[in-house]
Amino acid sequence: MKIPNELLYTRSHEWIQKLDETSARVGVTDYAQNQLGDLVFVNLPEVGDPVTPGESFADVESVKAVSDLYSPVGGTVSAINEELLDAPQRINEAPYDAWFIEVGEITEYGDLMDAAAYEAFCAEEEAKH
Amino acid sequence: MEKKTPLYEQHIALKGRIVPFAGYLLPVQYPTGVIAEHMAVRQHAGLFDVSHMGEALIEGPQAEQALNYILSNQFTGMPVGKARYTLMLNETGGVVDDLIVYRRSETSFFLVLNAANTEKDLAWLRAHLQGEASLTDLSDRVAQIAVQGPEADKVLSGLADLEALPKKYYSFVEHVTVASVPCMVSRTGYTGEDGYELYMEPKDAPAVWEALVQAGATPCGLGARDTLRLEASMPLYGHELNDHMDPLCAGLGFAVKLDKEDFIGKSALMQLGEPARVRVGLKATGRGILREDQPIWIDGKEVGVTTSGTHCPYLGVSCAMAYIDTACSAPGTAVEVEVRGRRVAAEIVPLPFYKRTKSK
Repeated sequence: MKIPNELLYTRSHEWIQKLDETSARVGVTDYAQNQLGDLVFVNLPEVGDPVTPGESFADVESVKAVSDLYSPVGGTVSAINEELLDAPQRINEAPYDAWFIEVGEITEYGDLMDAAAYEAFCAEEEAKH
Repeated sequence: MEKKTPLYEQHIALKGRIVPFAGYLLPVQYPTGVIAEHMAVRQHAGLFDVSHMGEALIEGPQAEQALNYILSNQFTGMPVGKARYTLMLNETGGVVDDLIVYRRSETSFFLVLNAANTEKDLAWLRAHLQGEASLTDLSDRVAQIAVQGPEADKVLSGLADLEALPKKYYSFVEHVTVASVPCMVSRTGYTGEDGYELYMEPKDAPAVWEALVQAGATPCGLGARDTLRLEASMPLYGHELNDHMDPLCAGLGFAVKLDKEDFIGKSALMQLGEPARVRVGLKATGRGILREDQPIWIDGKEVGVTTSGTHCPYLGVSCAMAYIDTACSAPGTAVEVEVRGRRVAAEIVPLPFYKRTKSK
């Protein structure tokens, strides 16, 4: 399971890549895509939509189930990755390239973990199963 | 506490993701993934542990008459070595279960029951069995493995004498040796593909499973079993069928012989007029995945509800089965399905969504 060092992570298995002081990209982790299974549908917000830490901003569907994605930050959606709409399997293939949204005008951050803390968190989750 | 099937250790070794299902611990998928498992069955061969299914014997000089009274299909004149799909109805014409009956001899029938319904079915059979006929529950004494797909024969070719296998769909052979294990083999399945279901003693199941994996069959979990049956438009009890849904609405009239002697549910069905709602297929034309229990709308009027829905991997589109007002059930009709607060465009299409091209 890949957990790149340069990213930050949420307890709900999103990753965030800071682009500059007030903008960032958001996606789901390798752990998340593996748990979700083959993804077949993505629902994205629109550019200009507000996002709030811990609140749903998008959803993904596997063959079996629907899952919400929760925003790591508060701000405004400045871009969406439209490629995912036609190719949700990209999330399974390359979860750290398959970003969902870019958030600008970031005003707040939720609880985030660095790679080491996230790795330990995933190990705990795994032990529960 | 859920039970383990005789193949539990094999699922763990193959890194299956284990979930509780109908009282058993079974793999929902292997690392292969649902889509690849589904495609393996459509294009090559897949392997399923279906040991959770219930099995029973009905035997005795009047077994045939007893089944004719309890079940909706016709068993008089059914040849030995044939299998037959049937419904077990209650007095109001609702469905207790759908099942397959195998005729082993003039006086012996083998029944395969849905896992989630096995206890209910056995109680129902005990309560309604008439005449000289006895019931034996074999559920814990029989393991079942399904080998499904166009390459099922190829997979079995090194493990069994192909000439000894059943030739026709819905027929079976009671004694076939597969991977040195005595099996009953039927040409049946729940995937829409050609293939076999193998019945054996639980202790022998791991050897058969491992030989089939070695021979190239792809192990498949419950996830692919569900997408395959849905793509092939096969009903699933608890979704398309239940205690108050009659089989004529469900489009299963072929398994209900209203012209035979009395059977449970017959008089209720005889009194029904044209069904108010019928089972149809829906194909999403808008963006979204159709799921079960979603309302269906035409011009702001609710006209039905979905009973099963998913993304169909082979067809590459989301499909659902649904019950819809008969008046607006014609193929080609445009509808909207309420998917988590959104309306997704869909179209009524003929069933089945997927039909294999027959090789024989």
